[in-house]
Amino acid sequence: MIVEKSEVILSVQNLTATVEGTPILKGINLEIKAGEIHAIMGPNGSGKSTFSKVLAGHPDYEVTGGEVIFQGQNLLALEPEDRARNGVFLAFQYPLEIPGVSNLDFLRVAYNSRRKHQGLEELDAFDFDDVVRERLSVVKMNPSFLERSVNEGFSGGEKKRNEILQMALLKPHLAVLDETDSGLDIDALKIVADGINQLATPENATLLITHYQRLLNYVVPDYVHVMEGGRIITTGGKELAMELESRGYEWVIEDEAAEVAAR
Amino acid sequence: MTASVKTLVNQPYKYGFVTDIESDAIPRGLSEDVVRLISAKKNEPEFMLEFRLKAYRQWLKMTEPTWPHVTYPPINYQEIVYYSAPKKQDKLNSLDEVDPTLLETFEKLGIPLSEQKRLSNVAVDAIFDSVSVATTFKEQLAKEGVIFCSISEALQHHPDLVQKYVGSVVPVGDNYYAALNSAVFTDGSFVYIPKNTKCPMELSTYFRINNGESGQFERTLIVAEEGSSVSYLEGCTAPMFDTNQLHAAVVELVALDNAEIKYSTVQNWFAGDENGKGGIYNFVTKRGLCAGINSKISWTQVETGSAITWKYPSCLLVGDNSAGEFYSVALTNNMQQADTGTKMVHIGKNTRSTIISKGISAGRSKNSYRGLVKMGPKAKGARNYSQCDSMLIGSDAQANTFPYIQVQNKTARVEHEASTSKIGEDQLFYFSQRGISTEDAISMMISGFCQDVFSQLPMEFAVEADRLLSLKLEGSVG
Repeated sequence: MIVEKSEVILSVQNLTATVEGTPILKGINLEIKAGEIHAIMGPNGSGKSTFSKVLAGHPDYEVTGGEVIFQGQNLLALEPEDRARNGVFLAFQYPLEIPGVSNLDFLRVAYNSRRKHQGLEELDAFDFDDVVRERLSVVKMNPSFLERSVNEGFSGGEKKRNEILQMALLKPHLAVLDETDSGLDIDALKIVADGINQLATPENATLLITHYQRLLNYVVPDYVHVMEGGRIITTGGKELAMELESRGYEWVIEDEAAEVAAR
Repeated sequence: MTASVKTLVNQPYKYGFVTDIESDAIPRGLSEDVVRLISAKKNEPEFMLEFRLKAYRQWLKMTEPTWPHVTYPPINYQEIVYYSAPKKQDKLNSLDEVDPTLLETFEKLGIPLSEQKRLSNVAVDAIFDSVSVATTFKEQLAKEGVIFCSISEALQHHPDLVQKYVGSVVPVGDNYYAALNSAVFTDGSFVYIPKNTKCPMELSTYFRINNGESGQFERTLIVAEEGSSVSYLEGCTAPMFDTNQLHAAVVELVALDNAEIKYSTVQNWFAGDENGKGGIYNFVTKRGLCAGINSKISWTQVETGSAITWKYPSCLLVGDNSAGEFYSVALTNNMQQADTGTKMVHIGKNTRSTIISKGISAGRSKNSYRGLVKMGPKAKGARNYSQCDSMLIGSDAQANTFPYIQVQNKTARVEHEASTSKIGEDQLFYFSQRGISTEDAISMMISGFCQDVFSQLPMEFAVEADRLLSLKLEGSVG
């Protein structure tokens, strides 16, 4: 929801980044305020996923210019774990499997590291158990998933639901969801979308990164951005997503090229 | 490997100090005279000298094994000091007479020996270089008929028992290092559990190499009579020298009818520096004989130290329905090399064995599992289950598995499972994106990986082992 004069959660200015020396992000500008849901769409290789990883601080990506201010703080100066503790959450496109570490332990340690950072008391195993069981309902997950190793042997849909469960526990200020809809059947998609909607509040912000418009039928964005060649080339409302769905990405890219040529 | 992970794994070795104590050492080198001298210094019965000489003569004819998957420059056996003992240790009647410097040393190592501070439920035999300096709770154990003392003492007070069992599981000419040990061993622990006795406390031996030139050759013998049981734990550390020290031990276990021996090791010898300079060569022969029906021998080891580890704790399952177990975590970092595993030799009917091996390799280390499962012609209905898992940390480490399986009985069943996994940069990023530090991430993954083995350790040591592994890996991952 767009709220006038609400707090700026994320402000990205002219951000550039490389991976192994190859420039991928070539000047991103974006502002997200509390309460808003943004979607970044774009063809494969446009830099969408790179953008999400740069925000989270993945070590493979090197920021070469620009700035990212998160709730008034220079995000790029923080280590990945501190970004997370401050409330930046990335739902992974391919959640990692962690054999031998139970989902419950993983969730508890993550939850407590965020609480500790907020100056709150860490929860012991018993109290945490109550919290996590209550949160399971957000993604309609069976409690048996808590006993299993993190994501090990989970289906694609279960992994994505597990990501949303983590988001539900960590209550981030900025949730970045990288291709969360990919590989989901329609039922799983509805559950995941429903979870995202439940977790969106007037105080936090959500950034959806997606190739398809499908997810946006269920999670309605306030803004849609089209990324191409490492930059955001156009921004519109939810109708833009519909248009992209029916006409593809080519026309936006051509319009942009014509505009640049005209300048 | 990222910098953050590197600093995390390369934690300094905290037991690397040298105790300044006057020692009674013999000159370097090995000869028949040296063997005789060691035996004389220890005032041994005649049979023991014969045993040593027989071993020495066999050793001269043997050559060092070259099949292990490790490399090191040739060892000059004439450069080693074969006997080194802290001075003024004539006849100790109580702990009060032990040199306070030694008590302090063990205290520093976390092994308090003094009356007030000792671990309440663990009896400890502390061995410093070549000799045992103290054994705690001896009197209390004696009330139950349990003998727990140094092997030198056992040779004085219980020569018949030693003569009956020493060399019965690992013969003098078994292998190169066992022969060397049989010739020159200086001390070790002796345990005897009488019939139908459950040893009332954990028994533990703590080995400390202090002298930079001396080798450590200890010999441990544990005998569990019919219907008895015992749990035994050994720990070891050494100072940091930039030369290598040789540690060639022999451990023999004998379990008679319905007896049970549980033998746990937490090995933390100095492993050398990050360029592979210094560290202990740990060439050890450990073997258990399940002589009686329904007997059981269980080896649990957590190997984190040593420049080179060459060690295969084994079980000879002779008694019908006897059982052998091997639970192992072997961690190598930097330039460490380990070639370790087990042998389960099924001879009797319905014998069972379980092998759970977890190898963790970080840095530029080499970590190999080598195991033999043999089902003899009479091993009707015998079963083995083996699981060998390797975990790689970083991209310069090596893991190998060499399983040997020999089956000579059609009714025997052997199962082998193996897996290799890797702690990758992406997994660590996943943890950090959830606010979990790299240290915690590695420690959670390692604990999870080793859970099956740690659960076998006596409680207080399981916690210690878990902590030890995390420490060893600090700075190594990424």
